[in-house]
Amino acid sequence: MRESIIMKIHYGTALGAVALVAIHILMRMSQKYSDSLQYQNVIANYHLLPYALMLEVILVLLSVHGFNGLRVILLELKQGVAYERAINYGSIAAMAALVAYGSRTILMAGMGVS
Amino acid sequence: MATVEVSTEKKAEPPQTSVPAPSKPKTITLRISRFNPSENAETKFEEFKIPVQKWTTVLEAILYVKENLDHSVAVRYSCRQASCGSCGMKINGKPRLACYTKISELESNVVTVEPMNNFPIIRDLAVDFKQLFSTHKKMKPFIINEESEVQPGAKEFIQTPQDLEKFLQFSYCIKCGLCNSACPTMATDKSFVGPQGLAQAYRYTADNRDQGKKDRLKIVDQSHGIWRCHFAGSCSNVCPKGVDPAMAIQLLRGYLLGFRK
Repeated sequence: MRESIIMKIHYGTALGAVALVAIHILMRMSQKYSDSLQYQNVIANYHLLPYALMLEVILVLLSVHGFNGLRVILLELKQGVAYERAINYGSIAAMAALVAYGSRTILMAGMGVS
Repeated sequence: MATVEVSTEKKAEPPQTSVPAPSKPKTITLRISRFNPSENAETKFEEFKIPVQKWTTVLEAILYVKENLDHSVAVRYSCRQASCGSCGMKINGKPRLACYTKISELESNVVTVEPMNNFPIIRDLAVDFKQLFSTHKKMKPFIINEESEVQPGAKEFIQTPQDLEKFLQFSYCIKCGLCNSACPTMATDKSFVGPQGLAQAYRYTADNRDQGKKDRLKIVDQSHGIWRCHFAGSCSNVCPKGVDPAMAIQLLRGYLLGFRK
């Protein structure tokens, strides 16, 4: 993939994440902050499908943005064909693993499995 | 009998011109970084006492050392008028052209000269420009146009002052390498294209006579290309010709992000 496409995704995910995390924070403020962290309230969030979907999107956006950022930092730190290939594929793998683990949490909480 | 009138008035003196008294040469300490890869692996500084006038440049001070104190100091220079880009070095920590920097403007009695950062050292103050020139060449620094002005019957390429203004300052680059030396990304990423190459890519891409935009954008759109610039702006800060490579990089990004056509 061309670097400009990757960077467009990078900037897009940053903007998307800022917007959605802002909504997420505003939702916390709909009640007392300490109340919003109560177990029942947190589980209720996951049971609300649109909210659970938004959390899933935030997870994907932040994973893509974060791991690409890490990839860029590591590429600037050291160079070499094998090293760069390892960093590129490693970032994709780590990103996929984090999305899978986070999705599992969202899914399990949404289905009421603890 | 003829009499001669002698004027009793004092003869008028020529007006006094304010000729400045010759300035007294000042003595400064010139610290030169010495490194010879074939002899030892350690860089050391040697100090020389140099008489300087207010107009003495750093290059002249180094040449004074070569002529009178130690002729083995390695330094690259040529035009002595900031045109050839040969004498770039770190002077009191900042990349500058030695021929274009007066000792008096440094306001210090100790002047330290070191080779530029981010370049392999050949010896003492002379660095290897191989990568700089090879990157410059990769950017296709010439007008790419299928129609040639030299063909009979071909019309001239019209260029308005506004068209020229888009790239003119970037054509002042003398390839001295100071921008690359100041670049913090180049300090860690040895494969980074660098501000010099990117500014030149923009210079030709923005030229309305050029048709090689697609090729050049492809070259800079790599993992160690234009996107690795952090926009620290050090490159623009040190350019002796007033070129603003940081701006060129942002404008070039505009093409890749679709903001510019």
